[in-house]
Amino acid sequence: MLKDNIKGAAAYLWSGWGAASALLLFTALWEFGHQVYGTLILPSPLQTLNALGGLYDEGIAVPAAIITAKRAMFGFVLAAGVGSVLGIMAGLSMTAARAMRPIVTVMLGIPPITWVVLALMWFGMGGGSAIFTVVVTTLPITFSGAMMGTHTLDQGLRDMARSYGTPFRMMLWDVHFPHVLSYLFPAWITALGMAWKIAVMGELLSTTDGIGGEMALTRISMDTSGTLALLLCVLAMLMTVEYLMLEPIRRKMEPWRTTTHNSFSTPKGF
Amino acid sequence: MLRWKNINHSFGLTEVLEDISLTLEKGKVLSLVGPSGCGKSTLLNIAADLLDPTEGEVTNTFERLAIVFQEHRLLPWRRAIDNISYGLKARGIAKLERYRIATKLATRMGLDTDDLTKFPHELSGGMRQRVSLARALAIEPDLLLLDEPFTALDVGLRRDLQDLVISLISEHGLSGVFVTHDLSEAVRLSDEIIVLAPNPGRIVYRQKITLPVTERSETYVFRAVGDLMQVPAVDAAFRVDEKAA
Repeated sequence: MLKDNIKGAAAYLWSGWGAASALLLFTALWEFGHQVYGTLILPSPLQTLNALGGLYDEGIAVPAAIITAKRAMFGFVLAAGVGSVLGIMAGLSMTAARAMRPIVTVMLGIPPITWVVLALMWFGMGGGSAIFTVVVTTLPITFSGAMMGTHTLDQGLRDMARSYGTPFRMMLWDVHFPHVLSYLFPAWITALGMAWKIAVMGELLSTTDGIGGEMALTRISMDTSGTLALLLCVLAMLMTVEYLMLEPIRRKMEPWRTTTHNSFSTPKGF
Repeated sequence: MLRWKNINHSFGLTEVLEDISLTLEKGKVLSLVGPSGCGKSTLLNIAADLLDPTEGEVTNTFERLAIVFQEHRLLPWRRAIDNISYGLKARGIAKLERYRIATKLATRMGLDTDDLTKFPHELSGGMRQRVSLARALAIEPDLLLLDEPFTALDVGLRRDLQDLVISLISEHGLSGVFVTHDLSEAVRLSDEIIVLAPNPGRIVYRQKITLPVTERSETYVFRAVGDLMQVPAVDAAFRVDEKAA
């Protein structure tokens, strides 16, 4: 079991090579853009890294990153928790699912910037507005994921489970939960990516701290490399959370989606 | 004993079963044969208590029934061994004991230990159907309901699994209801054949087969199917299907 886990982890890290080469290619293109347009429009990757180092040395980068991370994660966890529970409840009832569908469509269609403006008017300047915006924009995503998952449970599997007299708890745990989870994970990952973006946007307009707040300052001083450095910082955090937290959890909980140990051999027997 | 008494059933305005009365005695295998849409699977679902008939009643004195469905209906997120032991888990049997029973049964069904750790999508169609059959047998049923379990498989594989079912039924002393649209499959496996015609589903012909299952040769099966097709009611029932197709 331990050996399998180590093997799995090694294979997962090894699969990072593809991603790494794609990133390097992107960096090369970035450098090319810098050569063409110059430092003011597009600072080189190296200049950006230097700017990031500078921000770190001044003691700006880390506290700003922590503040933004807290806001994004707090909003995300709240939206994921509330949205998933409500979504499952709505999915269990056909009427509720039908009634909620247009509301979800409307909520998803509202541009996040509108929420920032409203939040500013309702809550004033400060981190609360950013968190509120994160929650209201990501909640419909997790809600609809959970609702779809619950709504699309396979009748065939349900009949099978009933024919074996499956007890209620086992029905939830073995039949319903894994199915709902297969809808929830993609929704959570989308919501997480969104949460970071919205948090930065909310901060930019409503606060003076956090990555967004710092970005507002770099805009005032036309410090393009500073802006890009802060952008790098957000991306690094987002990727860390997604690939080192959510993805391993998904692999652990949904091994049936990633297992391919049969792909190179013919099925036995026939 | 399993008895359907004066069963009538409709889905909305469509009448699918009309006045069906049938009895399965202990230790016997009954085949329900007919073209698609004649209500065979509906009858089976009614027997398994997955569906309440619009009219009529079902009496079931068997203690434990298990169904093998047309599609394997394995849980995609559980490994083969957990799928086989599903019914045992539902009965509250401890994990070690479940795995012991499942492994023993899997070996009997031609699955090896490597297959047991695989997820359904990693198994071939035939293997999946074996797992599904093993899941049904794991709970040691005294009544086995089979709903066209081999339809999706190719001919050779189908024969293999039919032979397996025949030997398992005699080993475990099971009673069974076998739904199929293939007359030769019915002749090969059952003690009594019930032919149904569609629109609405009704019984048009019954025939008992007295020759023991193990003594039915290929020639015997072909001849019996030929004889059955000579019966005007059987012929007519299957022609409806051709017209519809």
